[in-house]
Amino acid sequence: MYAQVLDQNDSGVKSREDMSEQEQIFQARIDAGEKIEPKDWMPDAYRAMLIRQIGQHAHSEIVGQLPEGNWITRAPTLERKAILLAKVQDEAGHGLYLYAAAETLGVSRDQLTEMLHQGRMKYSSIFNYPTLTWADIGAVGWLVDGAAIMNQVPLQRTSYGPYARAMVRICKEESFHQRQGFAIMMKMANGNDAQRRMAQDALDRMWFPSLMMFGPPDKDSTHSTRSMAWRIKINGNDELRQKFVDQTAPQIEFLSLTCPDNNLKWNEEKQGYDYTDPDWKEFFAVLKGNGPCNKERLGARVKAWEDGAWVRDGLMAHARKNAARTVAKGENENVQ
Amino acid sequence: MSSEWPLWEIFIRGQHGMSHRHVGSLHAPDAKMAIKNARDVYTRRNEGVSIWAVEALHIAASVPSDKGPLFEPSRSKVYRHPTFFDIPDDAGSM
Repeated sequence: MYAQVLDQNDSGVKSREDMSEQEQIFQARIDAGEKIEPKDWMPDAYRAMLIRQIGQHAHSEIVGQLPEGNWITRAPTLERKAILLAKVQDEAGHGLYLYAAAETLGVSRDQLTEMLHQGRMKYSSIFNYPTLTWADIGAVGWLVDGAAIMNQVPLQRTSYGPYARAMVRICKEESFHQRQGFAIMMKMANGNDAQRRMAQDALDRMWFPSLMMFGPPDKDSTHSTRSMAWRIKINGNDELRQKFVDQTAPQIEFLSLTCPDNNLKWNEEKQGYDYTDPDWKEFFAVLKGNGPCNKERLGARVKAWEDGAWVRDGLMAHARKNAARTVAKGENENVQ
Repeated sequence: MSSEWPLWEIFIRGQHGMSHRHVGSLHAPDAKMAIKNARDVYTRRNEGVSIWAVEALHIAASVPSDKGPLFEPSRSKVYRHPTFFDIPDDAGSM
């Protein structure tokens, strides 16, 4: 899953003349499509922007496990349960790849965790909505992971090497997520009346929050110019949102469901669908912490962290003791 | 007590006789746990048959500013590539 570019301090692009020689060389490397690696020189603002974006992205993967984890014990069959478990486990892995990428920039894992827990770093707004029925698990995979893929595929070409490589791994695993979601939706949409109603209800609730995942409209977003010049971000928010609507509208039809947006209509001229923007007031309210599940989500993360402290400390103490003992015995238990 | 676990770099050997390849990193308290975690994180889809875990602080790396002196000398030695030599087709397979 994916993090929106939520709150970057992006003051725009410097002109060539305003750049130092080092900055000019750096920009030239990016313009030439070269990857920037951890030990390379980079502007402080580039480093800060990346830590923020990759950190938010990592947090989203981890917090994103919560709405789905909610249904693991109540999945309708053993097979669905195993699949959902594998999917949620993937999200943990994605969080880990991304934390590792952020750490190459000089921030520690504990610092990132702390900033999330103190509300100083955000995660994607979508995970502050509840998963009320099993159909929501279908809709999350289909729509939320679908929107995430749309965002993440171009990020495989982002300028920072470790981030790009993490995205390659993630994208490889992500299409399973979307397809398992759509498979649930197909089953529900072709089921009995109650199941069809559940599928429709899930779509009704998830549609606009999914559109929000691409971030506010470009015209209201002053944040994009510099991150685009640095190829931290590749596409505009509206461009990706349009692409998502164009891909998803026919799938809604395929499922014989109805889009909650009455204005969704094919526009022959622009060769794309017209659609209604989500309620941006709601979006900013959810970001601020006033969504339906913000407190619950962050509370669950903090509790897991605090409850797990004795395990982390215990394992570390055990490792230190073992290492000391190995030295004392003059043994080497490493394998060749 | 600061309890952040050390960082480990993970290398995986795939099925087809290739050498171990760096796949990413993770935190673990010791080597045993590093390998267990690597199995869960990096081999969920049959990616490998063998895992190496190396504590990151034991890896020595070249520095970017040495790129020139280290790697440029090999650029001019094009004769190290077989295509440098023009061998007539008549000479047969070579």
